[in-house]
Amino acid sequence: MSNKNAEAVLANAEALRWQVGGDFHENLVEAIYADAARIADRAITRPQQRPRFDLDRTLDRLVTSRAFGFPLMLLMLTVVFWLTIAGANVPSSMLATLLLENLHPLLKTGAASIGMPWWLDGFLIDGVYLAMGWVISVMLPPMAIFFPLFTLLEDFGYLPRVAFNLDNIFRKSGAHGKQALSMAMGWGCNAAGVIAARIIDSPRERLIAIITNNFALCNGRWPTQILVATVFVGALVPAHLGGLISALAVVAIAVLGVGLTFAVSWGLSRTVLKGEVSTFSLELPPYRPPRIWQTIYTSIIDRTIFVLWRAILWAAPAGALIWLSSNWFIGELSLAEHLVTALDPFGLLLGLNGVILMAYILAIPANEIVIPTILMLTVLSARMASVGAGAGVMFELDSLGGTLAVFNAGGWTLLTAINLMLFSLIHNPCSTTIHTIYKETGSAKWTLVSALLPVAMGLAATFLVAQLWRLFGGAG
Amino acid sequence: MTVEINTPSTEACAICPAHNAAHLLKLGVDMQDWDFVVALAGNPNTGKSTVFNALTGLRQHTGNWPGKTVARAEGGFDYDGQRFKIVDLPGTYSLLSTTLDEEIARDFILFGRPDVTVVVVDATRLERNLNLVLQVLEITDRAIVCLNLMDEARRHGLQVDERRLARDLGIPVVPTAARYGEGLSDLLPAISQVASGQLRCRPHRVRSQSSELSGAVQQLAVQIEAVFPGLPNARWVALRLLDGDGRIATELRKGELGALA
Repeated sequence: MSNKNAEAVLANAEALRWQVGGDFHENLVEAIYADAARIADRAITRPQQRPRFDLDRTLDRLVTSRAFGFPLMLLMLTVVFWLTIAGANVPSSMLATLLLENLHPLLKTGAASIGMPWWLDGFLIDGVYLAMGWVISVMLPPMAIFFPLFTLLEDFGYLPRVAFNLDNIFRKSGAHGKQALSMAMGWGCNAAGVIAARIIDSPRERLIAIITNNFALCNGRWPTQILVATVFVGALVPAHLGGLISALAVVAIAVLGVGLTFAVSWGLSRTVLKGEVSTFSLELPPYRPPRIWQTIYTSIIDRTIFVLWRAILWAAPAGALIWLSSNWFIGELSLAEHLVTALDPFGLLLGLNGVILMAYILAIPANEIVIPTILMLTVLSARMASVGAGAGVMFELDSLGGTLAVFNAGGWTLLTAINLMLFSLIHNPCSTTIHTIYKETGSAKWTLVSALLPVAMGLAATFLVAQLWRLFGGAG
Repeated sequence: MTVEINTPSTEACAICPAHNAAHLLKLGVDMQDWDFVVALAGNPNTGKSTVFNALTGLRQHTGNWPGKTVARAEGGFDYDGQRFKIVDLPGTYSLLSTTLDEEIARDFILFGRPDVTVVVVDATRLERNLNLVLQVLEITDRAIVCLNLMDEARRHGLQVDERRLARDLGIPVVPTAARYGEGLSDLLPAISQVASGQLRCRPHRVRSQSSELSGAVQQLAVQIEAVFPGLPNARWVALRLLDGDGRIATELRKGELGALA
């Protein structure tokens, strides 16, 4: 290996380049295309009669059309959520009955029979076990329905069409059209969505995609949205419409998230992340009949179990922490009650309350535990003697009416519910996502922006909604 | 017509070509001491990851949209007693421009020196896919076309003459429908034969350039070969230098090409 020789080659190449002229690249590409066309033509035979009806093209015309593209997207989302909400109800309550009503007392009796001290029994069974049981019963069924449905759509080839539909809006907001794909990944898990932003080449547009990915509701937040929508929004209409209206409320929040993605992308690309929009070609792949059983199997193994496991891992220590803080008394009140009381004024200003803020602080590692934490802390601070099993015990209420009763005792109104749904959409990413953002961007500054920008926006949004609500005489 | 099938003896099985898939041992991510390296290239969304999963037993997430594989994934399999490391490259339409995906794919085929490059091709979009095949063939002799999505082609009423294609391209062409595991038992022996050098390819080279141009390519290629003896793709390096590819010039200066030769 000799550097001098390499330089000689390069010098010669440079000289020859002048001889062969500037259209070398075009010549080469043309030659390749011509050869490819010739070879392909010789190898392919088409039957005389062409198929009269091209299903793919007809479908594409429909799902990417100006008139039907967006309505179809919304319809598809609504159907998916409606199936998730309606289908998850029964298995959820069956799991809750098994894990919480049947198995929990059994464990308690077992612990008592081997003479376990009350604090260890409380810490392990009332804290750790119940938290995990709750997470399983409330999260497993919706995920086991939502993820396979979503993966089926993905395998069928619908996602590139969504990207195609949204591309124009993304371009207008100064972002890359492929951001639609990373956003769709974010609907499963924001950390996955942040990694998926790698498909965007330009660092500027990739940063926009990473920062705004948090506005795609992730699976840790779907259960919160679904439960609050079912209990409060669904209750506003007759029972037979409840499922549909709840699904529509969730869709509305998801769409708001998409809107925020555009708005924030627009804002970023006009302030701190200025630059040109890069073009790209998106191939609409052929529709492929999904392999149903295989898809269900892999999406349950890869996504559902993976996400559930993560939730369980985080719920266990959180459950333990909640149990400890509500059994550690300082003066009259437990530590948890002190904290909730301190946060209450600020929470009420935002149309939320101290319990919700406290839950969101505890849930930084995993959004999945927000709802159980809120229920437990509400019972605690409202001093409801009749429900739950004692201080610091997470539980599942067997009926939605029961859940509503707890919320009412905690002083909840429709405003609280709406603002909780808003805040669940607009707040900091979970710690895993923050860590992933740091790994992907390698920048503490942008990680901080991604973490703090949504919190600030969430606080502003809930504050505004609360003030307007009160101004126009709503209760709360 | 009905065919009577008797229960065959196991000895007969072992010599039957259809038995080949059974020699396959999926090794997952266990890739120690491999004998051969296989690169998996192709246009986006042609099923590279599906082929990859079928061979390694891994469950890389596949999806029906282009750009699913953002970095390269690696896995291993054992076939007929030989251990193969297989690298799933990001999908690219060409190797001539300079986006990140294309660089990853090109650098690996060029500098990673795989023993065989399998180009996964969408049978329903043959013409566009062949552009990439021809570019790969400019870089390496050891290539196989995996003519995938044959199920789709059938659905669209297309007939692809794979023998004709193989003759024109000068490399093995194996029709597959990887999602259904179809044709993989033919792909394995092809990979093994090309990798071990049992099967020598005589790949198609893009002709057509003006005599002035081919003269320049020829002259430069000879010089490159003299400086870096043993470099298998001097012609391609010459083409890239004439095209003003700064990255190849840099690699040349750093001696990376020389180190590999």
